[in-house]
Amino acid sequence: MSTATVNPDFATAISNYDPVLGFEVHVELSTNSKMFCGCPTDFGAAPNTHVCPTCVGLPGSLPVVNEAAVEATIKIGLALNCDIAEWCRFARKNYFYPDMPKDYQISQYDEPLCSNGYLDVDVVDEAGEHRTVRVEIERVHMEEDTGKLLHTGGDTGRIHGADYSLVDYNRAGVPLIEIVTKTIEGTGALAPEVGKAYVTQLRELVRSLNVSDVRMEQGSLRCDANVSLMPKGASEWGTRTETKNVNSLRSVERAIRSEIIRQAEVLDAGGTITQETRHFHETTGDTTPGREKSDAEDYRYFPEPDLIPIAADPQWVEQLRAALPEAPSLRLGRLQKEWGLSDFDMLAVVSSGAVDVVVATVDAGADQAAARKWWLGELTRIANSEGVELEALAITPTQVARVVALVEDGSLNDKLARKVIEGVLAGEGEPDDVVAARGLAVVSDDGPLIAAIDEAIAANPDVVEKIAGGKPQAAGVIVGSVMKATRGQADAGRVRELLFEKLGVDA
Amino acid sequence: MSATTGAMHLTRRSATELATAIAAGEVTAREVTDEHLARIDAVDGSIHAFLHVDYEGARAQADAVDAKRAAGGPLGPLAGVPVALKDVFTQKGVPTTAGSRILEGWRPPYDSTVVSRLRDADCVILGKTNMDEFAMGSSTEHSGYGPTHNPWDTDRIPGGSGGGSAAAVAAFEAPLAIGTDTGGSIRQPASVTGTVGVKPTYGGVSRFGLIALASSLDQAGPCARSVMDAALLHQALAGHDPKDSTSLDLEVPDVVAAAKRADVRGMRIGLVSQLSGDGYQPGVRQRFDEAVEILTNLGAEPVEVSCPNFEYALAAYYLILPSEASSNLARFDGMRFGIRVGDDGDANVEEVMSATRAAGFGDEVKRRIMLGTYALSSGYYDAYYGQAQKVRTLIARDFDAAFSEVDVLLSPTAPTTAFKLGEKLDDPLAMYLNDVATIPVNLAGNAAMSLPIGLAPEDGLPVGLQIMAPSMADDRLYNVGAALETALRDKWGHLLIEEAPAL
Repeated sequence: MSTATVNPDFATAISNYDPVLGFEVHVELSTNSKMFCGCPTDFGAAPNTHVCPTCVGLPGSLPVVNEAAVEATIKIGLALNCDIAEWCRFARKNYFYPDMPKDYQISQYDEPLCSNGYLDVDVVDEAGEHRTVRVEIERVHMEEDTGKLLHTGGDTGRIHGADYSLVDYNRAGVPLIEIVTKTIEGTGALAPEVGKAYVTQLRELVRSLNVSDVRMEQGSLRCDANVSLMPKGASEWGTRTETKNVNSLRSVERAIRSEIIRQAEVLDAGGTITQETRHFHETTGDTTPGREKSDAEDYRYFPEPDLIPIAADPQWVEQLRAALPEAPSLRLGRLQKEWGLSDFDMLAVVSSGAVDVVVATVDAGADQAAARKWWLGELTRIANSEGVELEALAITPTQVARVVALVEDGSLNDKLARKVIEGVLAGEGEPDDVVAARGLAVVSDDGPLIAAIDEAIAANPDVVEKIAGGKPQAAGVIVGSVMKATRGQADAGRVRELLFEKLGVDA
Repeated sequence: MSATTGAMHLTRRSATELATAIAAGEVTAREVTDEHLARIDAVDGSIHAFLHVDYEGARAQADAVDAKRAAGGPLGPLAGVPVALKDVFTQKGVPTTAGSRILEGWRPPYDSTVVSRLRDADCVILGKTNMDEFAMGSSTEHSGYGPTHNPWDTDRIPGGSGGGSAAAVAAFEAPLAIGTDTGGSIRQPASVTGTVGVKPTYGGVSRFGLIALASSLDQAGPCARSVMDAALLHQALAGHDPKDSTSLDLEVPDVVAAAKRADVRGMRIGLVSQLSGDGYQPGVRQRFDEAVEILTNLGAEPVEVSCPNFEYALAAYYLILPSEASSNLARFDGMRFGIRVGDDGDANVEEVMSATRAAGFGDEVKRRIMLGTYALSSGYYDAYYGQAQKVRTLIARDFDAAFSEVDVLLSPTAPTTAFKLGEKLDDPLAMYLNDVATIPVNLAGNAAMSLPIGLAPEDGLPVGLQIMAPSMADDRLYNVGAALETALRDKWGHLLIEEAPAL
């Protein structure tokens, strides 16, 4: 939870420079088949089993566009308020690399399917004020994914220096869409939060359309963050870097922050920024240079002659528009109202990426406040320390709802509930199994409690006097010592009830 | 069954006759196949039309046809008729090289749609024919496996890139063959070998499994010795294929009916002024003029037509083709199929790719890859590829304008008869000029045929006439071609190919 504290280097950087951001987000579509052939897209199959002549680029093979992918892309474009091209083409991006079966990627170049949209993202500024930042979307286009390389031997894990490399083409040809923002200026110290909020809310949006798993840790949502700095008050942008390997929402924020600090230090020392690709490291939280992206790289784009142009029928586009699900922003507004939350509290749910899990927990019977408490507190803490997203945790909303229910009926207190969660995450079964196996039930037999309360009353006559004198809040001391005596196994609520009963006062 | 049927007899029959004889049980598919295989064994040493003869596969297919017939099953229209396949199509399990050393030893795991259609028609595929490497050339001299020789004069080129297919048909090694035409690779070989070749409308025949040279120009089509035979093969190949996005989902013109009609009365035939004159050999011009006269006598009306932008066709073609080819040929990198050179354990992946391509590609392929890479480069794209695409549009408009006046256009197929092997090998521009009359059709995507119209008096070699029709009006080619062929056959008493010297 250290990101909450202000890093002095970051504050200095921001006082001297204005950051300019840009994002290229790749989303793997969850269509049944690949972009240009009929091979399945399932994740995790044995290497090179989901392949055919087309997706391994055998001589003579030809691509045919997957209509479901076009539809999914149009939906994303519409949800991002884009214009949908009535006519557009694919283009070939030419470069040699063994993970690219044809040695060119079928992509879109100057004729993207969707363009000129925006996404309004919500952040809270330093003063705790709610702010909406409009992130303009330049384009949303379709392309195909590459294969995966595995470099064996050598010490770099990169292609150079490896003894040999293996290629798995299962992923080659999986439909990808790329969502490119225009440059985002004027965010100042909020730049890292804006970045995180953009990716978070974009993910929610795409997820709501049911066109992708959008799981960062599995690579079905990949974010490249472009960062540059310009001296305060300048109008000309500085040289940008492109940071890859940003594999979680939290990493988006950390990567931007770290890159702003790094660039500021280089510039302060009179250096220049190299235009390059950088890799973010989850463990250290900083970035290191990757492939240098020189301007000399020439992809020789030209219209893909193997594919006819895409001409999306405007009527079809309108049908898709009409059938879009409730926009996440509207849904959030509705939930906020239903749950009666302040902007601040609602934003906390959103920025933790917890909306869906909280909703699911509430649907499973939990109170919204309790559901939020567990997902935003204990579970977020665990997810952060493991570097995964909330959904990736080995506990389901239903299980969380059960824990909440056990707390509510007095079977567990918070401390015990945390242990139950720990057990579920460790694979010990359902919450009730963990309670039984670990013997975590609150002491519910009043006998031992009453004995402990009697001891505590005897030891704290002054407190008893205060309670009797109309200060029930003083009961905390007695309750605390009873809890201590029972090693936390007592139900604090029940202790309080028994105490007041004994003293004959109304709570 | 028919003991009187000699080898010469069967190999000299048309596809139409063979199909009828096999269907009628006068001869078995196996006999027909064996006779053609024997003919290949006898003459291909001096022609080199084939890169691979699939003896076992062909016999098995023939036996299957005979078994099917014996069982009373329905037979395809070309059941048992042998076909030679240009080595640019994938055929499952059969070596496929596209005439390049870089694909040496590759056996594709899948059938091209053309092969599937041949199987559906119950054809027998004899083997794979020679071609200029990746279909780049007009002489077959750029094959990585040595040139093919013209059956009319084995010191001369059989045309290209489909010289192997044309020569196989002209040398009676196969009654039918499949070619591909990117800038004239079916028509120019037909022209110089005295055979019939058709480039269908772009999108008329599936490109799936056709190793791409230039995707927006490539089109597969039939090679035969007569217009009707070509029509039968055309009919078998054509039609929409969902595996090829550029395949047209339209009704296939009835080319067989058109070949039967053979009636040009009242038709307007356009003579393209840009495709005549100085660059054309006198004997070619003479035979062309005679052919126009015959058609006029048959009731067609000749009209002079101007297509001013054809002048830029060759230049545009030599930007678009290399551009697409440079990208299409990128996948030949030694990683997944074909040869791999330089993988000594120390070389990195770029070095292996580079060494493989340096060793596997011939000079003409390298030349065009370099041209295309340059033309697509950032900063040059607009001036080269972009401009060439504009020219392409203008050429299509020239065709549109012409076809609003006339039903078909005519020109000589090639400026000259077959030249000598080696004559233009060191002069790429002279070689490229051979396709000046055939290229406009590829750029515009419409249909064209070449058919023999006689021998040039000065060298005794075949001359071809090109008929051009609008897109999806391929039937007009067959109507006009059959009318002319019939008139010429009446005049000569036989098809021109019968005059080819014995091998």
